[in-house]
Amino acid sequence: MSRPVMFKFRLFVAGEAPNSAQAIANLAAFCRAHLPDRYEIEIIDVFREPKRALAEGIFMTPTLVVLTPPPVRRIVGTLSHTQTVLLALGLQDLTA
Amino acid sequence: MKSLLPSPLVNVPTKAPTGIAGFDEITGGGLPRGRTTLLVGGPGSGKTVLALQFLVHGAQDCMEPGIFVAFEESSQRIAANAESFGWNLAALQKKKLYFMDAQPLSDLIQSGDFDLSGMLAALEAQTRAMGARRIVFDALDVILALLPNPATRRREIYRLHEWLLAKELTAIITAKSGGDEASAAIQEPFGFMQFMVDCAVILNHSVALGVSHRDLRVQKYRGSAFDENESPFLIGKSGLEVAVARTPARVDAKVSSERVSSGVERLDTMLGGGYYRGASILITGFSGTAKTTLSGAFAEAACRRGERTLFVSFDSDCNEVIRNLASVGIGLDRYIEDGSLRMISARSIAGSAETYLVRIKTIAKEHGARCLVIDPVSTWYKSSNDLTAQSVADRLIDWSKGDGITLVCTSLLDEMSNRAEIGSPLQISALADTWIHLNYLMQAGERNRGLSIVKSRGTAHSNQVRELILSDAGVTLTDTYTAGGEVLMGTLRWEKERAERVAAEAAEAAAKLKRVRLDAEEAELEVRVKSLQTELVAKQVEKALLVRSTQSHEGELSRGRTQMKELRGADATIAASKKGSPQ
Repeated sequence: MSRPVMFKFRLFVAGEAPNSAQAIANLAAFCRAHLPDRYEIEIIDVFREPKRALAEGIFMTPTLVVLTPPPVRRIVGTLSHTQTVLLALGLQDLTA
Repeated sequence: MKSLLPSPLVNVPTKAPTGIAGFDEITGGGLPRGRTTLLVGGPGSGKTVLALQFLVHGAQDCMEPGIFVAFEESSQRIAANAESFGWNLAALQKKKLYFMDAQPLSDLIQSGDFDLSGMLAALEAQTRAMGARRIVFDALDVILALLPNPATRRREIYRLHEWLLAKELTAIITAKSGGDEASAAIQEPFGFMQFMVDCAVILNHSVALGVSHRDLRVQKYRGSAFDENESPFLIGKSGLEVAVARTPARVDAKVSSERVSSGVERLDTMLGGGYYRGASILITGFSGTAKTTLSGAFAEAACRRGERTLFVSFDSDCNEVIRNLASVGIGLDRYIEDGSLRMISARSIAGSAETYLVRIKTIAKEHGARCLVIDPVSTWYKSSNDLTAQSVADRLIDWSKGDGITLVCTSLLDEMSNRAEIGSPLQISALADTWIHLNYLMQAGERNRGLSIVKSRGTAHSNQVRELILSDAGVTLTDTYTAGGEVLMGTLRWEKERAERVAAEAAEAAAKLKRVRLDAEEAELEVRVKSLQTELVAKQVEKALLVRSTQSHEGELSRGRTQMKELRGADATIAASKKGSPQ
């Protein structure tokens, strides 16, 4: 059932902003539901590390950067639409 | 800091100068410092250029570094496009100007709500690092369009605005407007943004009769006086140039009482010595009334005096003008060769009146022109709407006056139109100092050119219509005949002159003849007098002779009787008295 592919996520959030808190919760729930045991999440607060946001060109928060598997993708928003996220990650077949 | 024209509103420290010629005058010194300005306009209306120029000026001349947030075009493309304006972006980018590429990626995936905190955090870091005082958000609408609903858009605009105020940055936010009518068709979020910001500027790019025309209007400016009218502007060689209708500093231009020749001797006399230096002269007339010739004569005279002259022809090619003028004895080619005359031909369709004015100004400055001919200025009327052409004409005159340039413009009157008699379409006549009107006079099957001076400020001028005669020897004016209230010209004038000459000759001959006849009569009478006198003398002599002969006869008789008495003796007295009676 499980594949060897690991999903590495980097989530840029803006402090305690409601959008960002929602995104953190949504991502965690999503991973638990669809990618059990094969995910890594790095959370970056743009208020604490603005230089990183600038360097990576993050202007909208929250932004999820999918580092692996390639190609690198970005998903902007609270990740509330699970279907969109699945499509973006190429996982729609799993639930179909 | 760049020197600005003195005005009570300029240089107030609460304003951030934009360095855009004209715009700082309109706004009384620039954009509100530490506040936000909204720049709204349609596609290609010059929003990005204006915003970028504001940053470049701040970085280069005001010690105010700036950040350009590009939502639509990439920073490389913007920099490349700005290259043509001669702004040294590469050098500025090292320290004083920062471009932030914030274009949403085409493969951006969106899931749920988001906000702009990330961008603001990043910008805050950058602002602090470089000490930025100015910031531009170019095409904010691009990113707002990604937000799901009006409420979130509004929320993000508030977030941005509050952040800008807190950082005390002088900001420009540009946004597209939908249709042609800038103020009416702004999308909903910007409608409310216009209320929020401290200053709003609307850029407009329209095409009227196939001619492009740009103008901008300051819609609001909290806490400051500003020019509320639409001001035409151009994107020129070094960025935006906004045309200001009236520059207060120029109103009191140098006034000269020096006269310059019109190139036609008798016209100079009519004007009391020529045009005033720095005056604006308008020559109106139908086509073919020698407007170009008259302005060409002025140009030639100016060059002969050694004054640099610019001749702008809107209707014909330069070479045509030179050839045509050469046929009436006006030789311009030698002055083109020695460089004192510059001729440019600007065919009517090249651009808006605004463009022409800026081009003419630039070339005149380059050439150092003291005399300027525009033939005909009425082309502008054709190429824009009435109002713009009018304001351009006003500014042309203001500018030439301010720079002490003697300006001769011709204006073509439409023979078909009813206003042919009074005023030129451009109403320059009101502003011009001298107005010469050329007209055809139709008489006895011919057309002749008539010249009259409608007005000439500060000059006693002839009020007579003169006939303008073109010949290969040049342009001359002739007195006209007035007969029975009508001005006679051309052949009629010639005939009249001839008739008078003939009549005078005939009268002279008749007088001579009469004198001769009188002489003859006198002579005859004299002769008669003489002969009568002679006769008289003859008669007198005859009379005298008669008297004498009578006397002598009587004497003879008495003497005879005495002798007889003596012969007969005394006794014979009785006999003698008897016999003597029959003797």
